Amino acid sequence: MIKFERYEWLAITIMISLFIFVGFIQGWSVSLVILNMCIISAIMTMGVNISWGYAGVINFGVMGFLAMGGLAAVIVSYPPITESWKAGGTGIGVSFILLVILVTAVMYINKAVTDKRNRYIFNTIVIIFGILVIRHFYLDATESIEDVNPAIAGFLGGLGLPIIFSWIVGGFFAAGVAFIIGKVALGLRSDYLAIVTLGISEIVVSVLKHEEWLSRGVKNVIGLKRPVPYEINLQNADWFINLIAYLNSSKLNNIIDVSDRQQVLNNLIIDGSGIFVKLSYAVLFLIVMFIIFYFANKAQLSPWGRMMRAIRDNEIAANAMGKDVVKQHLIIFVIGAAIVGVAGAMLVTLDGLFTPSGYRPLRFTFIIWIMVIVGGSGNNLGAIFGGFVIWFSWIEAAPLTTFIINQITVGLEPTNALKLHLLESVPYFRYLFMGLILLLILRYRPKGIIPEKVRHS
Amino acid sequence: MIDFLNSIIVLLNFIIIPGISYGSQLALGALGVTFVYAILRFANFAHGEIMSFGAMITILFTWFFQSQNIGLGILPTALLALPIGIVATIILCIISDKFVFQYYRYQKSVPVVLAMVSIGVMFVINAIIRIIIGTETIKFSDGQKFIMKAKQFKIMTGLNEGLALKSSQVITILITILLLTFTFWFLQKTKTGKSMRAFSDNEDLALLSGINPDRVVFTTWIIVGVLACVAGTLYGLDKSYKPIIYLNLVLPIFASAIVGGIGSPFGAVVGGYVIAFSEIMVTYAYKKFFVYILPSSIEPTGLVQLLSTDYKFAVSFSILVIVLLIRPSGIFKGRVL
Repeated sequence: MIKFERYEWLAITIMISLFIFVGFIQGWSVSLVILNMCIISAIMTMGVNISWGYAGVINFGVMGFLAMGGLAAVIVSYPPITESWKAGGTGIGVSFILLVILVTAVMYINKAVTDKRNRYIFNTIVIIFGILVIRHFYLDATESIEDVNPAIAGFLGGLGLPIIFSWIVGGFFAAGVAFIIGKVALGLRSDYLAIVTLGISEIVVSVLKHEEWLSRGVKNVIGLKRPVPYEINLQNADWFINLIAYLNSSKLNNIIDVSDRQQVLNNLIIDGSGIFVKLSYAVLFLIVMFIIFYFANKAQLSPWGRMMRAIRDNEIAANAMGKDVVKQHLIIFVIGAAIVGVAGAMLVTLDGLFTPSGYRPLRFTFIIWIMVIVGGSGNNLGAIFGGFVIWFSWIEAAPLTTFIINQITVGLEPTNALKLHLLESVPYFRYLFMGLILLLILRYRPKGIIPEKVRHS
Repeated sequence: MIDFLNSIIVLLNFIIIPGISYGSQLALGALGVTFVYAILRFANFAHGEIMSFGAMITILFTWFFQSQNIGLGILPTALLALPIGIVATIILCIISDKFVFQYYRYQKSVPVVLAMVSIGVMFVINAIIRIIIGTETIKFSDGQKFIMKAKQFKIMTGLNEGLALKSSQVITILITILLLTFTFWFLQKTKTGKSMRAFSDNEDLALLSGINPDRVVFTTWIIVGVLACVAGTLYGLDKSYKPIIYLNLVLPIFASAIVGGIGSPFGAVVGGYVIAFSEIMVTYAYKKFFVYILPSSIEPTGLVQLLSTDYKFAVSFSILVIVLLIRPSGIFKGRVL
């Protein structure tokens, strides 16, 4: 079983007490909102940590895999739009089959033609011809799909299943994309790989942004179904009202007036329903986080994990020992991306909407990497800790900065231009904090706050 | 014949001139990235923000000069503020090297760690810029906007198609030529330039021959500062200044540097133009061009556009991926990695 050292217990205690602290200062609702995002960040961080910390494979495509997870949430949970399917379903189907044929043709050419020069020429001809044919079917189909009721639909919709399935599907979507990227790019040296994965994730997001038939593009998909009850249903459910009344019975019994008591109870129910919803999310997310954490740790301690560390520490030696480095790199890249995809689906589930234009590298790639570095690469608890601490400071940076600025400029008048300007730019101070945290950690604790355990056998 | 001329003008107006000016901006940026890569040996993610910083200082001083009624007549005031921006950018580069990068260089850290460090620097500079100037779009070009307007050209030549020439485009091209000439002259002819090339080629051998590494690094940052500030300002002058754009610009810049062959200055310049032209050519709707050049019986009905303009950024990465697959060291053999 997993055993924690003393300082690791300390880290866990710090994490928990942070949320309790915020709960008392800013309210439990705020605390739970931060907690939910922290858990999702922790899962993303674990995904990156698996490929970077275990095997040294860099993955700067976090944003793209998150977006793929988000797409999965839409496709799984949105009810199917039959008119769109009627309008363009066949066209899309035909172009998909043609695409499969094209890919098979290219693979066949790669196998059959041995001469490198001829191979390039054949491939180019086949690809250009194939794309022209596919375009013919595809453009007609997408246009007619996007014309179906563009104000509320205009895309194919999804399968209408419960959104919770999308967490698994999201993993598979991201894994599929990661497989293609890995096949293309994993041979490159690490900093090249970083740039290429960053670029490809940018391509993935721009496809989601502009292929409206698939993801509704910049028009966004709203109103995704929840895996947890809605506040309004809770407020009318008898068991929930009884539960709240029971929990606050001492407080309610002190109020003598009946209408007053009803008023207080109503307020409590409204507050309580919001907290209950967030709490159910938190429970669901925590379950996923623990499952992933358990298996990630198991994998790290297994012979496979040992092989990964061997590959990371000395690729040439591992290769000489007969380990297939290329294959293992691909495997771990795909696994890491799949976990990020799960987190992406969870993120969309939490928000209830899918906004492709919201995926920006600063927020969804670089911050995640700061979490990995700060937490400690190669240590799963470190990854979770990094996710929690960085997301927490990302959110709490704004109130903290406002407080500090007010303290520093206390001597200035409230209308002072400098003071106003500083208070206006409070949201940007978080970037400063993030950069400074990253630089300080890299300088003084390069292995992260909770470093990887060195295992001797 | 007239149709043929018209079609040429269409190409010039919508592809060649914008391509050259955008390509020049990318080339200057990519040259900076390549310098850092060749001498300091890491991928500098902060380069976009350094460009943005230079542009910001230039804008601040442009505003100052404008408020003092100091100007250059028909030329944009920004040109007057540019030297101050350059000095500030150089100082920024040297400060970031002294306080951040130098430590890892002495430690001989692996390139990935330095790339991470540069991400930290990117965040810090990004925050400083936003705190100082905000996130709004800023237009700071003044003076005469057009050298030739489309309408003037039409009247002058009697053709159907107009050719517009913005002064910012001409300035971009002229400054780029000037700067590139100077950089290559510096690398080829001066002693410092030669020592830089030697250092980039083989560090140990260069150290053995008595080249002072600190001096080489110092000179590199000066050159990077100049290139970054000029590239950033020209981009802002041509389009408009918006802090977030520069983060998005980092990726095409990296693509240019890698496509050309990273570590090779000449390759970076060529890569910049390759990326710029392919972005514009792949996303341009050629209908107008074909209407002029083809007989009316086989005129195209659609837009004749390979990809919609939404995919502009995607094009540069697709090229990057294709180049890396076919020729990993870039067009001009850069450092083989």
